Amino acid sequence: MSSEGKTGDWPLWEVFVRAKGGLSHRHVGSVHAPDPELALAHARDTYTRRQEGVSLWVVRSADIVASDPDQAGELFEPAESKIYRHPTFYDIPDEVKHI
Amino acid sequence: MASASSEVHGAVDPRTEYLLRLGDDSLVLGQRVSEWCGHGPVLEVDISLANLALDMVGQATLLLGEAGDGDQLAFHRDVLDFRNCLLVEQPNGDFAQTIARHLLYTTWQHMLLQRLQQSSDKFLGEFAHKAVKEVAYHRELAAEWTIRLGDGTEESARRMAEGLDWNWRFVPELFEVDDPLQAAIDAAIAPDPRSFEDEYRSAIAGVLAEARLEAPADQRPILGGRRGHHSEHLGHLLAVMQFLPRTYPDATW
Repeated sequence: MSSEGKTGDWPLWEVFVRAKGGLSHRHVGSVHAPDPELALAHARDTYTRRQEGVSLWVVRSADIVASDPDQAGELFEPAESKIYRHPTFYDIPDEVKHI
Repeated sequence: MASASSEVHGAVDPRTEYLLRLGDDSLVLGQRVSEWCGHGPVLEVDISLANLALDMVGQATLLLGEAGDGDQLAFHRDVLDFRNCLLVEQPNGDFAQTIARHLLYTTWQHMLLQRLQQSSDKFLGEFAHKAVKEVAYHRELAAEWTIRLGDGTEESARRMAEGLDWNWRFVPELFEVDDPLQAAIDAAIAPDPRSFEDEYRSAIAGVLAEARLEAPADQRPILGGRRGHHSEHLGHLLAVMQFLPRTYPDATW
């Protein structure tokens, strides 16, 4: 590869793969690409070449709205002590997948 | 070597000849594109090109394996025995020249495979059914890059035009019908490439128009690859590809 780092000109895209029908898309990584079509092509070639997926999403990393790490305390800690919010008080039948 | 050469020297039946032509196209183009591995302009393109090369080598494995002993045919034939068209052996040049070659070849290959699915030959029909999907992706990706480079910067447009110009004279060979191919066409094993030449010309013209590129002027066509008359480039490619199995015939992984 060129050490010039020409991908510096290309925006970063986050890649989401649906492994099979019925499952949600999951974040798997990112690629550089100049535009949406090539971002999909690069995502396809980088992340689904071993039959990992049936559907792809790409989204410009710059368009992701992320929570502020400094707010982690107020956002997430209050849930820690509220065990009754977890649906763990009943048995899930074996036939129900992907819970 | 001697035994493998005798397998393909002289007259072989039209079906075997056809398998060798398509198999050698895929093998040589796969080897060419694989030369980019580790040298791609950026990491994502490096991976993308390696994938294209692997698809081609996979096609060659099927086709040459049906024609005979695939490894013998790939690694122990000399340059005069190769039946690939001249386009696929052309040097990579820069990225634009590689893309130009891939556009011109895989657009043809895709149209061929669409028709080869109706071959009277069971193996070839099934092969075409499997390969046509991956080749559709090759064609699409090559077209996308042609458009971006042609309609990109002044430099990328110049390089794309030069890449097309280099490869353009090897296109007529793709539509040449000689006696062995005519025999395969008569047996309904192979489609007649002339039946989709107009479609090919307008498809390429459409991509070039979108890329804001002029089609290169038609040059004197260069023919002969199917009969073993190759450019100097193929010998060098085979030297790299065949060195190891020829030097260490019993080598295993």
